[in-house]
Order: sequence, then structure tokens, then C-alpha cells
Amino acid sequence: MNSIKYLLLRRTTQIGILFLYFAANAYGWKILAGTFGTSIIFETIPLADPYTALQVLATGFVLGTDVLIGALIITFFYFIVGGRAFCSWVCPINMVTDLANWLRRKLHLDKEEVNYRFLKRSARYWIMVLGLIVSALVGVAAFEIFSPITIMQRGIVFGFGMGGAVVLAIFLFDLFGVKNGWCGHLCPLGAAYSIIGSKSLIRVKHNHVNCTNCMDCKVVCPESQVLPMINKESIFVTSGECTNCGRCVDVCKDDALEFSIRKLI
Amino acid sequence: MEHSKNRRNFMATTVQSIGLTALGGMLWSGYTDSVKASPLVLRPPGALPEVDFLTACIKCGLCVEACQNRETNVDKETGKQREGTLIMAKGGDPLLIGTPFFVPTQVPCYMCEDIPCVPVCPSGALDFNSLLNEKKELDINEASMGLAIVHKESCIAFWGIQCDACYRACPLLDVAITLEYQKNDRTGKHAFLLPVVQDNACTGCGLCEQACVTEEPAIFVLPNKIAKGKAGDHYVKGWDIKDQERVGNAQAIENTTDISKRDSTDYLNSGEFE
Repeated sequence: MNSIKYLLLRRTTQIGILFLYFAANAYGWKILAGTFGTSIIFETIPLADPYTALQVLATGFVLGTDVLIGALIITFFYFIVGGRAFCSWVCPINMVTDLANWLRRKLHLDKEEVNYRFLKRSARYWIMVLGLIVSALVGVAAFEIFSPITIMQRGIVFGFGMGGAVVLAIFLFDLFGVKNGWCGHLCPLGAAYSIIGSKSLIRVKHNHVNCTNCMDCKVVCPESQVLPMINKESIFVTSGECTNCGRCVDVCKDDALEFSIRKLI
Repeated sequence: MEHSKNRRNFMATTVQSIGLTALGGMLWSGYTDSVKASPLVLRPPGALPEVDFLTACIKCGLCVEACQNRETNVDKETGKQREGTLIMAKGGDPLLIGTPFFVPTQVPCYMCEDIPCVPVCPSGALDFNSLLNEKKELDINEASMGLAIVHKESCIAFWGIQCDACYRACPLLDVAITLEYQKNDRTGKHAFLLPVVQDNACTGCGLCEQACVTEEPAIFVLPNKIAKGKAGDHYVKGWDIKDQERVGNAQAIENTTDISKRDSTDYLNSGEFE
């Protein structure tokens, strides 16, 4: 197909959501107010980030029901429908790391992923658990004090201040440091959504009869370890680490990859 | 042979992972703990005590948005929104990032009667119940964001110059700030009109601080924890029934020491000094 259909759809969604958040503060719109921590749709339906809520709960504070209901709604949505779609369809840092990744390919900075001994893709799960432990020990939601995701979002809604430095640091780290360093190795929120979304219905499906083994999908995929079936088996991408970004579907010239709905056994 | 080498590698990696995780955890905890130390900050009305507030606030910004977009915050001439009181802490601000606060010299709290910022708080960091008055109505005058302090040396009213800017600016006129009349002995024929902040009425809105005419405000709001002392349970106003209620549940700690059964003169005859 070789298009940018899903890329454009994703950017539209990301920017659209960010604009609604921005307008809630700037113009008093009620469509989507707040930030990822907790949002309110039309002043009625709460949404909340499950990992943030977990961090606060870990401190021992009993959160208000709006946050708990919001966290459950988000959890159920990604658990049943979206998979790890938050990362590629909502999170603003995704635009930063995608840009770094694209530049990396254009500048021919190491195309292959280097296997660092202590910076494996599993590090994020350790960081996720550690974040909850530190929250419990210190009594403050530990990831939220430097999370580039919420810093960037609040920056867009309320103004950046020095917070822009964190976003720039992530960009430089992903461009000159580790390939897919932040989203693919470190981010505990991505780890949380990987777990939440591992059983979701919407999945990329591979058809190996059409596949010509060009490996374009593996080059463009930010989590290429989820594509072991390329040109081998006609199955769904089942790993929760797939962000459902659809870049592989876009770049595939052979119609060997398509979004589909997984059948629950 | 190969098997035991694998096992040794596995053990080493596991130990190293745990060690690095512990190291990361300590650094992370230390950093997290340091950002908690921001006592010199004014929080929205109804905020929990600072330490609990930092735990509870989920950094959603709904209070800030409610403050920014409240109906009374429109410039009557241009019809546009004015700057709101509450601001979200950004990177570089000397307090926990993403939490709401306000700076009275920029925009003080205007004490909206409907308090738009508090009911929207989803997490409970802004405590709705703490702003209910005796009739169980939402009442901004119940707020205690801080306490205004007068610095006598820079307050020109204490010099003998007539100024009641803070007194006039106070939304609780003649209640939270009262004027005390004193004779000016220097001239012998004038009076001092001295502003006195009433601790039990002041909400810490900061309108006085913004109104103060001196180069640096001579009246300023400090957070309660900084501005207020505490006598403790050891000191009770014996002439005040209400103050006695304060320690009504206090329990005396009684120490009992066994008195020696021996006669006090015994020890002279017990052989100890022979």
C-alpha cells in the first residue's frame, strides 16, 4: 500500500486531543478539560491515567471517586479495544521520539538496534515497579515529578517554563543516544499500557503469502521485537508492546499487514 | 561445564540488575524527596496541608482552568478573559512541578463566592468539606490559604503616614484587617492608624499584599505553616473554656517509680559504709 494513512490519522488524533486540552484552558471549552492525570469530558465523564492513579494510591492516599472511575474507564478501553494505542495515538512525546527516529534513519545513525547490557527493553517494567515503590516510600507520585509526557502536555496547555528542557533531552537521547530509547526502553507509562493492552481486540495481522520479505516494516517499527512472524506465519501481532501505530501497515507495499480484530478464543 | 557457566552468568546478571535497581531507587527517592521541600508556596482554597497536598494532587489542572475561565474573570472593557489567579508550576518554578499555586503580587485570590476551583478537584487534594460553614454552605471565608503578616519597619502607617490601602483592599473589611489607633508621641498631636491582621479571620487571599503601596509589600501572605507558631498542649488558657476544650482529650502520662521498701536510715546501718 505504501501510504501515510495511519500516520496522518495518528497525527490528527494527537494534535486534535492536545488542542481540545489547550482550548479547555484558553477558551473555557468543556469538551475535554484537565490533563492526562485526570480529564473530564463534557463535565461528566472522568478519564484518568491508571499508572498515575496507582502511584498516588501507592502513597496511601485514598483518591476521589472521579479519578478511580476515570482510571477504570481508561483501563477498560485499552484492555478491550485499543491495546497500547495511547502511546502512538495520544501521547505527545510520541511525536518527539518519532521525529528523532525519522532523523536517525535519514542521518544513517546506527540503523541496527544496539544491545546494551543494562538498557534492555525490559528495563521499563523494572522502572514501572520502581516508580510505585518510590511513590510509597516518599509519599509523592514519583514518575509524575519528571514525566516528559505530562510535562509536554502541561507545557502545551499552560506554558512550558524550563520543562521544555526535559522534552529536548528525550529528543537528543533518542536521536544520538539509544534508538527508541525513551518509548521503547525506559518509559514506565508505556510499560503499564503494554500490560493493560496485551489482550486487546484491535491488532495488526500478518499475511505471509503476500510478504516479499523486504523488511520495511521491521525498519520502521519502533518495537520491532513484536514482528517475529514476518514472512513466516500468518498470525496476529500478539505482543502488548505493539503500539498499534500502523506504520508497518503504511509502509508495506505487498498488503501483507493490516489492522484486524482478533478473535478471542 | 557450559551449564554452570550459564548459571553463573545468570546469577551475576540478576545480582547486577537488583543492585542497579536499588541504586536507581535511591537516587529517584532522593530526588523525589527534595522536590517536596517547597513550604513557601500559597495553594488554592481548601488545599490539604502541604505534605498531604503534594501526595494527593494528581496535577490535572482542572482547578487552574476553572479559575482562568470563571465568569467573573472577564475584562469589562474588552470582554476578554483576564489572567487567572491559579497557575500550574512549570519546570524551573521552586515547587513541585504541575501543582497549582498563586502569587498575590501577580494575581491575588479574588475569593469568588461560588469557589469554582474547589468542586472540580477530582482527587481530593482540595477539600470541599473544609470550606463548609456552620450552615453547611460553601463559604470562601472559611478558606485558610495563608496568613497576612505586617512588617512594621517598612509599613508607612507605622511611620505615622496615613495609609489604609491594605485595610481597604481586604475582602473582609474591618474583620480580617482592623485599624488600631495609637497616639503619635513624636508629633504629640497626630494618630497612628495601624493595620492589624486578625489571625482567625484572614484567609490569605493576598489582596492586601497586591494593594500595598510600598516598593516591596510591607504586608504579605505567608503559608500557615510558616506564619503561625504553636503553643502546644502544655500551655492552656485556664481562663478560657474554649481553649480548655483544645486539650480535653489530652491524657496525662503518669510515671510510677517504686519507692524503696527500706527505711531511709537503713542504708547507714546496712553495712554499706562500714
